[in-house]
Amino acid sequence: MATDTKKVLFGPVVDNNPIALQVLGVCSALAVTSSLANALVMTLAVMLVTGFSNLFISLIRNQIPSSVRIIVQMVIIASLVILVDQVLKAFSYQLSKELSVFIGLIITNCIVMGRAEAFAMKEKPGVSFLDGIGNGLGYGAVLMVVAFFRELFGFGTLFGFEVFTLVQNDGWYQGNGLLVLPFSSFFIIGLIIWAIRQFRPEQVEKD
Amino acid sequence: MEHYLSIFVKAIFIENMALTFFLGMCTFLAVSKKVSTAIGLGVAVVVVLGIAVPVNQIIYQAILAPGALDSVMGITEAKDSIDLSFLSFITFIGVIAALVQILEMVLDKYFPALYQALGVFLPLITVNCAIFGGVSFMVAKNLTLGESVVYGIGSGVGWMLAIVLMAGIREKMKYSDVPDGLKGLGITFISAGLMAFGFLSFGGISL
Repeated sequence: MATDTKKVLFGPVVDNNPIALQVLGVCSALAVTSSLANALVMTLAVMLVTGFSNLFISLIRNQIPSSVRIIVQMVIIASLVILVDQVLKAFSYQLSKELSVFIGLIITNCIVMGRAEAFAMKEKPGVSFLDGIGNGLGYGAVLMVVAFFRELFGFGTLFGFEVFTLVQNDGWYQGNGLLVLPFSSFFIIGLIIWAIRQFRPEQVEKD
Repeated sequence: MEHYLSIFVKAIFIENMALTFFLGMCTFLAVSKKVSTAIGLGVAVVVVLGIAVPVNQIIYQAILAPGALDSVMGITEAKDSIDLSFLSFITFIGVIAALVQILEMVLDKYFPALYQALGVFLPLITVNCAIFGGVSFMVAKNLTLGESVVYGIGSGVGWMLAIVLMAGIREKMKYSDVPDGLKGLGITFISAGLMAFGFLSFGGISL
């Protein structure tokens, strides 16, 4: 049992990463990774929403008629996202402004829907909750790595603290303008996928 | 007229859904293997965005916007003003899901050829973040009804343009020698990044 739980929880981080292997939830991964703080908030939000939506959907999985299951899942997910959005607006208005529409977009984040459909509809609540948290972690891991590189080499900071002193502030480091732009995360994610597949050759796609 | 034209051009090139805001990326990466399917999905997105954005605009302005219900309910004092905007996520996603369902039935009844061509893509669109993103941006930009029609169709066309271009590149890429670990998803990410880089150059145009 112990190994099973561990597998459900940490499997999605490397072995079955939602972004790198399942191609789920890529949208927000690209746009919110300009700083570690944003990425962390987004990770927490997605983790909570995925975990709890899996939990609730799994609890009522035997009562949901399969013809309307998408709408039922949507309602549960949307309610959770509204909660997250309201909490964020109340306690950290600045961050919620920066993340703008991307918090709302968690509703259509395929990770949440995908896991609800693929896992929570079949499994028991406890395991589903862990699966949700695990997939949130896997998503977050990619997000944090991307944000780490972008913030460190783009702005010379980590979580807003200066690591490399920029030339503008009489330092030595010239910020990399390419990494400030959102599309640079495409390259970084592409390289992460390459790195993961070097160590996990079974993930390599056949032609 | 010029105003609408500039919104249209802006939505296609400068604020491209897929390559500037990275919305609808999940389907963008998953369904861009062949040009023909990419065109099918693209058309479906144009249609759904073209309807969903104006419909949600009407609902938002008439019911959800702060103070919108005041005159109906006979409220005159500012402190009693009704603000339902916290319900917007759940309303939008409900409206989008319902619209897609209705559209599916209408197409099935009156345009069976188009329905056959779109096939499985229609239901998929409910969870496409480009649609939800388009609606959220409409609210954030405070568009009027006329503007929202133009914006909806324009951003749909922009998304279609991007996915068709991507599919074209991927069809050609079959013949190139890609390192094992980058095959498939990895190289797709990197080429999408390069495309986004290209689209960035439209950012300099001022309308």
